[in-house]
Amino acid sequence: MKKLFSVIIALFAVCGLLAFGAHHLQSSTGSTGSKVLNLYTWGDYIDPNLLKKFQKETGYHVNVETFDSNEAMFTKIKQGGTSYDLTVPSDYMIEKMKEAKLLLPLDKSKLTGMQNYDSRFMNLAFDRDNKYSVPYFWGTLGIIYNDKYVKPGSIQHWNDLWEQKYQNKIMLIDSARDVMGFSLASMGKSMNTTDPATLLAAENKLNRLAPNVKAVVADEIKMYMIQNEAAVAVDWSGEASEMLDGNSHLHYVVPSEGSNLWFDNLVIPKTAKHFKAIYAFLNFMSEPKNAAQNAEYIGYATPNKKAKALLPKAIRNDRQFYPDNQTIKHLQIYQNLSPEKVGLYNDRYLEFKMHH
Amino acid sequence: MQRKQRLSRNTAYFVPYTLWILLFVIAPVLLLIYQSFFNIDGQFTFANYQTYFSSSTYLMMTVNSVWYAFLITLATLLISYPTAYLLNETKHPQLWLLLIIMPTWINLLLKAYAFIGIFSQAGIANQFLSFIGIGPKQLLFTNFSFIFVAAYIQIPFMVLPIYNSISELKPSYVNASRDLGATNWQTFSRVIFPLTLPGVKAGIQAVFIPSLSLFMLTRLIGGNKVITLGTAIEEHFLTTMNWGMGSTIGVVLIVAMVIIMWLTGGSGKRHARKGLTK
Repeated sequence: MKKLFSVIIALFAVCGLLAFGAHHLQSSTGSTGSKVLNLYTWGDYIDPNLLKKFQKETGYHVNVETFDSNEAMFTKIKQGGTSYDLTVPSDYMIEKMKEAKLLLPLDKSKLTGMQNYDSRFMNLAFDRDNKYSVPYFWGTLGIIYNDKYVKPGSIQHWNDLWEQKYQNKIMLIDSARDVMGFSLASMGKSMNTTDPATLLAAENKLNRLAPNVKAVVADEIKMYMIQNEAAVAVDWSGEASEMLDGNSHLHYVVPSEGSNLWFDNLVIPKTAKHFKAIYAFLNFMSEPKNAAQNAEYIGYATPNKKAKALLPKAIRNDRQFYPDNQTIKHLQIYQNLSPEKVGLYNDRYLEFKMHH
Repeated sequence: MQRKQRLSRNTAYFVPYTLWILLFVIAPVLLLIYQSFFNIDGQFTFANYQTYFSSSTYLMMTVNSVWYAFLITLATLLISYPTAYLLNETKHPQLWLLLIIMPTWINLLLKAYAFIGIFSQAGIANQFLSFIGIGPKQLLFTNFSFIFVAAYIQIPFMVLPIYNSISELKPSYVNASRDLGATNWQTFSRVIFPLTLPGVKAGIQAVFIPSLSLFMLTRLIGGNKVITLGTAIEEHFLTTMNWGMGSTIGVVLIVAMVIIMWLTGGSGKRHARKGLTK
């Protein structure tokens, strides 16, 4: 009997330790000291030197935690138990978080740098009057090609991908919304359509692209393109800028007939606690000098007009990542779709993947 | 009193095991089954199963999964049986066995990435093909490379049980068969193979079942040219957030696994266990 008791006691002890450990881990998810800011962001999405500079200037220490998908971030904030002060969702996710009442409105009187931002990137449908969000980075969906295999300038539009000479040469990013999206854009349809017949047509068009598709992959696309594994890829501008850094033969094109325009904006989730630090950080990141430094480090396009002016000419005038107004006019921001509609996109996309 | 004490001690030893089974095997399976009866709005429904069995996409995917799992198992078996057999003939089988098991110590993802390097356009495999005059070929994102890598990963799990049953085989049976005038082939097909069948069955279970739901490799090595049920489950849980449908596919997979266990089980069960745990 004694043995049994000791085993049970040992079990309880282990359970207790685990509970303590879990509690400890959870409370360290976002430290709760007074001079801190808990930033929840994408991996490698801020220049670490800026964080040091911020601490030096304001005394707030920034704890950075990272996520790798909007959905994962959403789930974690919704579940609670965290104390994140700022996070960086993409456009449609801001809409979704707003609907789920997970965001706190910005106190405009405490923001000092809002006039630095390009008016084209403010007051957008996903957040009218920027009630909840401050732009952080923006980008596009486009085509990357390797000039070793593709004559420069021969790919300008989505429909060029369907040409027979690219047989087994194209890599696609594994994302239902984007792959279905460029098929829709190539037909001149809205990338937010929820009409089943249009989506079916988009899938049929993709099925015709199948012989050209070499693979549908995720982050590995970067590595493959840098290693000259494929001639053409469809991916986001942020990923493209990293590829271009790694291989000088690569070029990025945003089809002028239309593509996706995406935003990552800073928002305050309802779990926020350190409001002084939050506004200090938002103002710090709005300063042109800091925003420019961050944009140079990350390689994405900054929505900060004054920061863009500070960037080296080669970056500032790069039509690949700062497309002209004519192109921007045709870009479409993804709207937050209801779960049924998201399912519709994914079903069609899964069928395309089965087909190819 | 003493007897009673021993009894309770024995029960005590079962507590951690039972807890483990309850918490991490039975509860998740029940949750999965429960979840599969809800649609995306959280209402109770049978529609998920209806969708599954009336959709050609899912049925095709199921056929695909089973077909590829079959090919992987077959490839693994064809390599593993002779390997296990030869292993038994060597002087230091334990050493060789260790070498075969060693790759399982490395993370699956790392192994997949290593194969990306080997099979890529400028990789070692293509350098070799160029060297012998064949010229570079598209190796990545083909069915061949997918089955090759999957088989490579599964081989240790097939070799182990087969080796165990071969090493248990008494040499006197083989000698007797030869003495009685059987040819080498007859000895193999009528004595050795039937007696090592339990090991083969255990190996098939250990390989076929995980192969049914491989999904990381389908993307990394197969470039999503091979779509299995695992791909669909990942999508339903991570992108569409339709957990009900994802769970339904999960339940179908579990049922498929039970069928496989049942088909390969039977008389081989006792040996199979032994082979796996030894």
